[in-house]
Amino acid sequence: MKRAPVYEYLLITGIGVAALLIPWLLPNFITQFTFLWVMVVFALTWDLLGGQMGYNSFGNVLFFGIGAYACAVVQRDSGLDYFTALALGLLCAALLSTAVSALLGAGVLGMRGHYFAICTLGLGVAAGEIAGGWEYLGAGSGMVTPQYPGGIGERDLFYYFLSLTITGTGFFTLRRLYQSRFGIAINAIRDDEDKAEAMGLHTTRYKTVAWCVAAFFLALTGGAVGNLIGFIDPRDVAFSGATFGVWMILMAILGGKGTIWGPVLGAAVFHLTQELFWNFLFGWQRVALGALIVLIVVFFPQGILGWVREAWPERFGQCVDTDRQGGEETR
Amino acid sequence: MTTLLEVQGVSKRFGGIVANEAISLSVPEGGIIGLIGPNGSGKTTLFNAIVGYYPIDAGSIRFEDREITRLRVPQIARLGLLRTFQQTRIYGRMDCVHNMLISTPHAHQGLWSMLTHFPREDREKAESLLEFVGLYSKRHLLAGDLSFGQQKLLEFAMALMNEPKLLLLDEPTAGINPTLINGIIERLQRVNERLGITLLVIEHNMSVIMNLAQELHCLSRGRLLASGTPEQIRTDQRVIDAYLGVQ
Ligand SMILES: Nc1ncnc2c1ncn2[C@@H]1O[C@H](COP(=O)(O)OP(=O)(O)OP(=O)(O)O)[C@@H](O)[C@H]1O
Ligand SMILES: [Mg+2]
Repeated sequence: MKRAPVYEYLLITGIGVAALLIPWLLPNFITQFTFLWVMVVFALTWDLLGGQMGYNSFGNVLFFGIGAYACAVVQRDSGLDYFTALALGLLCAALLSTAVSALLGAGVLGMRGHYFAICTLGLGVAAGEIAGGWEYLGAGSGMVTPQYPGGIGERDLFYYFLSLTITGTGFFTLRRLYQSRFGIAINAIRDDEDKAEAMGLHTTRYKTVAWCVAAFFLALTGGAVGNLIGFIDPRDVAFSGATFGVWMILMAILGGKGTIWGPVLGAAVFHLTQELFWNFLFGWQRVALGALIVLIVVFFPQGILGWVREAWPERFGQCVDTDRQGGEETR
Repeated sequence: MTTLLEVQGVSKRFGGIVANEAISLSVPEGGIIGLIGPNGSGKTTLFNAIVGYYPIDAGSIRFEDREITRLRVPQIARLGLLRTFQQTRIYGRMDCVHNMLISTPHAHQGLWSMLTHFPREDREKAESLLEFVGLYSKRHLLAGDLSFGQQKLLEFAMALMNEPKLLLLDEPTAGINPTLINGIIERLQRVNERLGITLLVIEHNMSVIMNLAQELHCLSRGRLLASGTPEQIRTDQRVIDAYLGVQ
């Protein structure tokens, strides 16, 4: 594959160092940054299907919710100490969510275009309704996650680094996947699935794996967020299609679909804007957010990165001019 | 010569339209066989039926003595029976090299191979095939930015990358600059001779197909009208009438 340019490594190192120092540099904003990492996972995992594979899912929040609940249930019922229970909970969350995505994928991923989108939307809504009526999960009043065995500052620090770890692992996993056969295959499915099938590609296999990877990281994030908020509401936290579910899509589109950096950038810009709105636009936040959504779709249909890429295509290793390409870059 | 593909009594209807009616023909291994017929006579429908694009109403299709009538498109493709599309289909937002790389044969790919990089041999093969069809200098362009004719060539190269045993080509010279058509014919012959790929070719350009094919089948209104050598077909009164629209 194309070797990553040097500035990409610099960027990764820079972000990595900043991420490690933030709790000490900006201690007052630690929770906001924790949520920033969560947002990055949202955008990246949505883009795995929506951007890279061309399957617009409106129901990815399903896996987030399953993760939140599965982790909380293990924490509640395992009888282990806090950290062991949390670790086991996260593991179970990831496994359950991945299994569910594999099972659903067999049926749902057979649908294309709008049918897939509508069906996933239905899945997310249905999951919220089921959780809201299920006594075992606290029904409509939701679940409270266990108390952290330590001070509030330590708790914030712990969940900051947990989120950072999940996000980092997710980012590097996806980056590696996109450089391998897998990445090219799901791009091919996005560009023309009929052609991919006619060429003998194992399309069902690739699509299912893609959804499983998304579900895996969303579930881990769900487990962490449940504990971070301390309370899991079936419709407002776990299966919140109107907030998390929509934000995932928006952030990926805002940053630039179908790239690894687009969703990261989109998440950062979106999260920052949203925090500003919430702090300065008392009462008008949701209106402003709605207006922002419209602006994004109208003025940046390709996202920020897509727009930059159109303006300076050569910077992105894309050749527009036949005379200027050297074979070297790909070796 | 052994028979590679055996089509027997294949029928396909779309509502009231009879697109294929009891068509039987066979393709010998190593041959170049032509499929001709006026517009709407059911040629593309027959291709679709062979590769499993939709279920057929009657008949059977055998490939290498194996019943494939009920297999799905990707399964049939992995057996080595590949088709190109009349409207040309490539992966538009990927560059030509990636279009080629993802077209490597998928038959023996396990679950873990999806996580691997493409080996060097694949890249070399991709580049040499792009060179073969004359697209080497365009290899880093997005496939969607190529002209229609170039896309047709890319699709052909992608098919070769897949190492099929039998390749069904749906109008390989449509949209290609007339001055380049001789080059296409020559390449098809080289692919057939050197790589041993059997070809079944739909073609409207009569001089092309008469030069290329050893045997021709002519469809008309969904039925097989005539089969024979190019010479026999050329002089067959039924074929001439079909093309002239005589009832
Ligand atoms: N998916 C479909 N649904 C309905 N009718 C179809 C479909 N595909 C083909 N047909 C009809 O079947 C008939 C045969 O079409 P087909 O595309 O096989 O012709 P063809 O010989 O390939 O023609 P051409 O030379 O123009 O490509 C036509 O009347 C066409 O309208
Ligand atoms: Mg046709």
